[in-house]
Amino acid sequence: MRITLKLFASLAVHLPAQARSRHRVEMDVEPGTTVAEVIRRQGIPPGQCAIVLVNGVWVAPPERAARVLAEGEILAIWPPVAGG
Amino acid sequence: MAWTKNVLRVNLEAGTCTTEPLNMQWAQDYLGQRGLATKYLVSEIDPKVDPFSPKNKLIFVTGPLTATMAATGGRYSVVTKGPLTGAIACSNSGGYFGAELKFAGWDMVIFEGASPKPVYLLINDGKAELVDAAHLWGKTVWETEETIKTQHQDPQIRVAAIGRAGENRVLYAAIVNDLHRAAGRSGVGAVMGSKNLKAVAVRGTRTDAYQMANPEAFFAATEAGKKVLAANGVTGQGLPTYGTQVLMNVINELGALPTRNHRDVQFEGAHDISGEAMHEKRPTDGKANLVTNGACFGCTIACGRISRMDPGHFSVKDKPQYHGASGGVEYEAAWALGAANGVNDLEALTYANFLCNEDGFDPITFGATVGAAMELYEMGVLTEQEVGFKLPFGSTEAMVKLAELTAKGEGFGKIMGLGSKRLCTKYGHPELSMTVKSQEFPAYDGRALQGMGLAYATNNRGACHLRGYMVSPEVLGIPVKMEPQATEGKPAMLKAFQDLTAVVDSAGICLFTTFAWGLSDIQSQIQAACEGDWSEERLLLVGERIWNLEREFNLAAGFTAKDDNLPPRLMKEPAKTGPQKGAVSKLDIMLPEYYQLRGWTKEGVPTAETRSRLGV
Repeated sequence: MRITLKLFASLAVHLPAQARSRHRVEMDVEPGTTVAEVIRRQGIPPGQCAIVLVNGVWVAPPERAARVLAEGEILAIWPPVAGG
Repeated sequence: MAWTKNVLRVNLEAGTCTTEPLNMQWAQDYLGQRGLATKYLVSEIDPKVDPFSPKNKLIFVTGPLTATMAATGGRYSVVTKGPLTGAIACSNSGGYFGAELKFAGWDMVIFEGASPKPVYLLINDGKAELVDAAHLWGKTVWETEETIKTQHQDPQIRVAAIGRAGENRVLYAAIVNDLHRAAGRSGVGAVMGSKNLKAVAVRGTRTDAYQMANPEAFFAATEAGKKVLAANGVTGQGLPTYGTQVLMNVINELGALPTRNHRDVQFEGAHDISGEAMHEKRPTDGKANLVTNGACFGCTIACGRISRMDPGHFSVKDKPQYHGASGGVEYEAAWALGAANGVNDLEALTYANFLCNEDGFDPITFGATVGAAMELYEMGVLTEQEVGFKLPFGSTEAMVKLAELTAKGEGFGKIMGLGSKRLCTKYGHPELSMTVKSQEFPAYDGRALQGMGLAYATNNRGACHLRGYMVSPEVLGIPVKMEPQATEGKPAMLKAFQDLTAVVDSAGICLFTTFAWGLSDIQSQIQAACEGDWSEERLLLVGERIWNLEREFNLAAGFTAKDDNLPPRLMKEPAKTGPQKGAVSKLDIMLPEYYQLRGWTKEGVPTAETRSRLGV
């Protein structure tokens, strides 16, 4: 099953080197893989995952271990950021 | 006391500068900066006055924490009746000018009347004089600052000036200080131009300008505040590294990035103009757009962007004056100059942003007006003949050309200088102006984020993100996460944000501290700096009083509940793509509750009880 992982700002270092400039990579995962499992597999410190969106929809920290990803979904993650 | 207790009153018509004591009762009721200057303005001008009349006044004002050890304590504001909106205008800026003004011994400078000839105000501590500015008129902000410093042989003079946009009364002209910090919105620079006032130049060296109520407690409170900012992921790492521009991809993924005059809510070129892109090496010259970050006076966050353009870019190829490092795009500017028009060329955005700084005009309103003009052009309402060139969405060349014409006040730039409301009205389509009270939206779609829609509709200075930043709960989860499409709880959260923001804007510190600081962190610093009891409850009451005072001014100026509205596009045209697909604004659900929470009638007027409770 193929999903898209997008890691922005300082989290881009957890992407393969060739994917960092576009901040995205397509990856194959087993059916049933959760958001928390992708975070762990990529070696991203969970405390650095401040904004986690699946297809643009917020996934709160307590929901990440239960949120199962589906074929074609986009998982996007940011460290603590803000603007104005 | 953290106030200097001195007001400088400058009568531009008579050419006089006089000193008067600060009204300390008003300081107790309105704190400083935004609140206190609004109280002075409301007390001294007719709300119905023409903003360009000599009877309008222009107030430069600091807060009690300006020029202190408080982190970000470098803010000042400019308060006047705004020409873009006809409403109260209060525009806030950082840099070093505000602190310098306070170190010279002044809480506030009130300009009244209009000078018969161009002048600038020169302040050297307690001495103030109006100086002939004939040689500066027609010059840019950057030329003006350099000329004044050279003329007085003092590189440490701080200058706030207008460029040609302010002189030409571009309705969204800014006042720019320290070359690239700006009191940017609502056209305060055009009022300055109407008064023939080119610049305010200040040298402040007094160590006795103000006294702290409790110095030891102030050291402790400010030290604790700085530790909170440093330890917070947003203010300690996110903002210094990526600036506000890091939001570009966040807001786009969320489907809340207004694109092509709000026809779309996602921009396919967002990544190309994002904070991340500013860090990437360009294929053309191998260098990144971003050179370093920058900080204002006393700031321990340092979110500012310092950029250097690709010297081979078509816009600056033969203009070496733009090849050096200068103020780069913040999120709002990058959105307005880019996504709002469909332009994804980061270098072109940086150039247009340089022009906005150099000649003093608001990139948000300018960029949004370009978007409106492009839509009129694509509809065939606006023709190539009238504009002088083709103007389709996504045309980098057209956006750059319009920025140059607006800066100089030439050709179609004169029309652009009116803003989108007047532009769209002139061509028979006022509904295509993406504005509230004639001021353009910033970079968040009011359909996609319901709370931001309410914030825009109720904002006292027209559409703006800085008076109730509902993006915090709706996108960032600060202080709690609220679903973008939910309406429940939004009016109450917005009211709390608006009142708190009025306190921050009146204290002399930067709003960005509130990504980390709660009210208690701010309260302890104000309490230690200012005599008297400044409890959290009292501060929120001060904030609510300020909000209502601004509202009363607008009502007296002729605004009604009908002006607390959003353009039909946001009310009727559903968002086309992304997670908010199908959304329209639910303003009609939220607004009545908001009025009720504010203690206003159904017509949006503060009740007698509310007026009595707040003493407005």
